[in-house]
Amino acid sequence: MIGVGFLIWCLELARGIIATYGGLGRGLGWHALFGGSTQDVPPPTVVAATMVTIVTTLALIAGAVVLVMSLINLAFPAVEIDPLLAKNLIYFFGHTFINATIYMAVTAVYEILPRVTGRPWKTTKVFLAAWTLSTTMVLTIFPHHLLMDFAMPVWALAIGQVFSFVNSFPVLIVTGLGALAILHRSGIRWDMVSTLLLISVFGWMAGVVPAVVDATVAVNLVMDNTMWVPGHFHFYLLLGLLPMIFAFMIYLARGEDATPRGGDLTAIIYLIFGLGLVTMFLVGGWASVPRRWAEHLPEWQIWDQIASVMAAGVIALTGAFVAMFLARIPALLREG
Amino acid sequence: MSVQTVSAVLSLLAILSLAAVALRVRALAHERRDYAPVQIGAYRIRAIGFWLLVLVGLPTSVWLFRANPYTVQAAAPQVVNATGYQWYWELDTSQVTAGRPVKFRVTSADVNHGFGLYDEAGTLVAQTQAMPGYINRLTHVFEAPGTYRVLCLEYCGLVHHNMIAEIP
Repeated sequence: MIGVGFLIWCLELARGIIATYGGLGRGLGWHALFGGSTQDVPPPTVVAATMVTIVTTLALIAGAVVLVMSLINLAFPAVEIDPLLAKNLIYFFGHTFINATIYMAVTAVYEILPRVTGRPWKTTKVFLAAWTLSTTMVLTIFPHHLLMDFAMPVWALAIGQVFSFVNSFPVLIVTGLGALAILHRSGIRWDMVSTLLLISVFGWMAGVVPAVVDATVAVNLVMDNTMWVPGHFHFYLLLGLLPMIFAFMIYLARGEDATPRGGDLTAIIYLIFGLGLVTMFLVGGWASVPRRWAEHLPEWQIWDQIASVMAAGVIALTGAFVAMFLARIPALLREG
Repeated sequence: MSVQTVSAVLSLLAILSLAAVALRVRALAHERRDYAPVQIGAYRIRAIGFWLLVLVGLPTSVWLFRANPYTVQAAAPQVVNATGYQWYWELDTSQVTAGRPVKFRVTSADVNHGFGLYDEAGTLVAQTQAMPGYINRLTHVFEAPGTYRVLCLEYCGLVHHNMIAEIP
């Protein structure tokens, strides 16, 4: 049901982009990137939405295929599934889908930071090239989840490693650097929204580092399926994706008014708890603690205990951000 | 220094560098400057970053792929057949000799498992996936004598965490 919901959402996005810009290629700005056109160049959010539409639709199709295969196998066990094919489909689905959530959420950065700082985020050729690269890379790097499946073709695993590194380019030197440049000496006063957006940019960029390290085969050999893995993805989800969403929620709750107001202490405490939690994950990975173990050996439990305190803080502050949003809904409804 | 330590130290240095940049942006944000010179500076940093990634990072990534476990060839290795079951390991050889290559032929009789080799200090030294219908060949040289453990590294059901075997 959730998958069908997302598919309908993607199809609606695709319909809107095609109706407005004339095609998904134009939504990615290819007419400007490759044809040199300056007409109907899509804004950053449309480019991101086009990328997300394409990759999420393909991911959902792969997920649906493996789901149907599993159901058939359940009903007719004689119809066997190749386990390696199933793993490829599952990782193509899961990897692409979760990546797309960040690429969608980053539109909060593209939309809100220019309003906070008064500096525009323009769609340049470098920006378009970066998003075309991201579209290609997100669809092709999923074999980095299969680096310990020695039965995979070696060329696919080489792609998994090298393209994972290349995939960091757009994040680090286009979106990350671009966001920092817009904020740098912009004359703003920090408040909850702008601080959460700065945290989100840092979290996404920093999370890329342990991700690329883990996608290196020589490292993956001794760190795959250890706590390093949740360490890196919590870095860019807990400190990247979620602060983007929280900032957007608070911005909406303020009636889309970007004028700074109030303090940002809650955001900073969230950062401290979040950093504590991901650090404990990464330290666990360094110490070879396996992930997904229901019971941990005594020597691993010190990391768990610290992480539990940090997780409690993250949960409490997440509740606070959600409460701030929900508390404003009645007033927003009254204001229409 | 272990691969884990090198990875952790390099990651820490890179993350601290990014944190320093973010803190500097935060500290100087109250100053108002024209955007044009800030943008020019950012474009210069972007160009330097791009060429560093392309000319240094990319060849390094390609070069590092040479250190992969897929194509390792060992002369006259000791062979161990390992099969994963819910929730135990079956090894056809109970003892191997340190200092000589061991080829593990790893598979599963039921669901997907992860074959992780741990040394006496509890450090993961090598791994491969254990899959039904496939045999993954992992070649490893145990540097020092001792009792090594095989831990399951892929979630395989309720007692996944108890799936431990020993290789004396």
